[in-house]
Amino acid sequence: MTLAKRIIPCLDIDKGRVVKGVKFLEIKDAGDPVEIARRYDQQGADELVFLDITASHEDRGTLMDVVERVAGEVFIPLTVGGGVRTLPDVRRLLSAGADKVSINTAAISDPNFVYEAAYRYGSQCIVVALDAKNVAKKHEPPRWEIFTHGGRKSTGIDAIEWAQKLVSLGAGEVLLTSMDKDGTKSGFDLKLTRAISDAVDVPVIASGGVGSLEDLHDGLEIGTADAVLAASIFHFGTYTIQQAKGFLAERGVVVRDPIYR
Amino acid sequence: MATVGIIDYGMGNLHSIAKALRYVASDEQIEVSFDPDALSRMDRLVLPGVGAIGHCMEELHRLELDDMIREQLGKKPLMGVCLGIEALMGHSEESGGVECLGAFPGDTVHFAAPDAQPDGVRRKIPHMGWNQVRQERHHPLWKDIAPASWFYFVHSYYVVPSDERHIAGTTDYGVRFASVILRPNVFAVQFHPEKSQSAGLQLLANFLEWDGSA
Repeated sequence: MTLAKRIIPCLDIDKGRVVKGVKFLEIKDAGDPVEIARRYDQQGADELVFLDITASHEDRGTLMDVVERVAGEVFIPLTVGGGVRTLPDVRRLLSAGADKVSINTAAISDPNFVYEAAYRYGSQCIVVALDAKNVAKKHEPPRWEIFTHGGRKSTGIDAIEWAQKLVSLGAGEVLLTSMDKDGTKSGFDLKLTRAISDAVDVPVIASGGVGSLEDLHDGLEIGTADAVLAASIFHFGTYTIQQAKGFLAERGVVVRDPIYR
Repeated sequence: MATVGIIDYGMGNLHSIAKALRYVASDEQIEVSFDPDALSRMDRLVLPGVGAIGHCMEELHRLELDDMIREQLGKKPLMGVCLGIEALMGHSEESGGVECLGAFPGDTVHFAAPDAQPDGVRRKIPHMGWNQVRQERHHPLWKDIAPASWFYFVHSYYVVPSDERHIAGTTDYGVRFASVILRPNVFAVQFHPEKSQSAGLQLLANFLEWDGSA
């Protein structure tokens, strides 16, 4: 008996709909977040992450509605991120039924926001999202910095120091995305994952680059991540969560057996 | 109609537990309240919460909920969840040392640091995620829940009841700790049943049917 490694599907939400396409069998409306959340829950997902990519502020109400509906029928932890900038943002999401909120850009403009949110609502519900990119020159050992604007804009902040700082301010978990790997389906940046996982005491969720079940395994075993986040391999029906867990279990990774009913 | 009162002292996500209880309730009325009088009239009570125990005990006291809980202890089924289990112990070493409600004699202590684990294996703190609960005894609260079922945990402290007979479930995280404790009309869990999918929902359903016997 021990703590299981977690498999977390991520849903990108725009104006209350899941975007980037989802192609499960048997789902009539591929964009309905509630239906998709329910399906992942039945497949044995350990948590869900909703990332709100809605550009305009007016559409935030739709997100709240989605969170509320999902929380009313899916009883696994739900993390919501995207545009979380103020304490009222955190409070509204938690009241709607989110269990954790993910803070990204707002921490860069004001790291103290992480402290305030963790102080008020508890570290367990404050996830910090780090978008990191290798900035080392060729033949140099890797060195990662925090980037914004989808990996286009450098902040000059060292990723490892940043992770440690936000954890010391109260972040309870780190959601780490490699901007070099995101969207490539060539696997996690394992060195980055390992470096951050070693540097902080709190759990690290690896994200960015998953293309195969082998990638999930490597992120957990070589990167020593506590959880892995993936979108496309699950959305497009390439693999189900059960298949991912079966693959990992056969290789000795402890995963939650979803078939206890 | 039977009523279930969720004790609201401003800490933690009461909406989640209310939603899960409503989902499994047959005809029970689930209410969230910070009014000690209203709560004392409920048929069952739930003490949830997340955060630090020092602030928790201060808020329970400020809202006069601590006296209400002490008075109701043993009279009707009460369930503590997460920080609630800690609040029901005698004492906690968290927040510089805090006297708690005292339903279970014993202490609450911190996990060993990640790099100071007894077996030398590095473990992240908080203990966050899904872990198994070993059922240490037969009990109606375990009805229809498979042995070694998985539940969702988030905590850095764990309880050490001084009377081992109070332990109804244990979990291993470097140390084997009491994750479920039980005495007549008081039942408390370290994990979040409201976030533990079917096993958690079954446990909540069992709580609603529990006659309070230990």
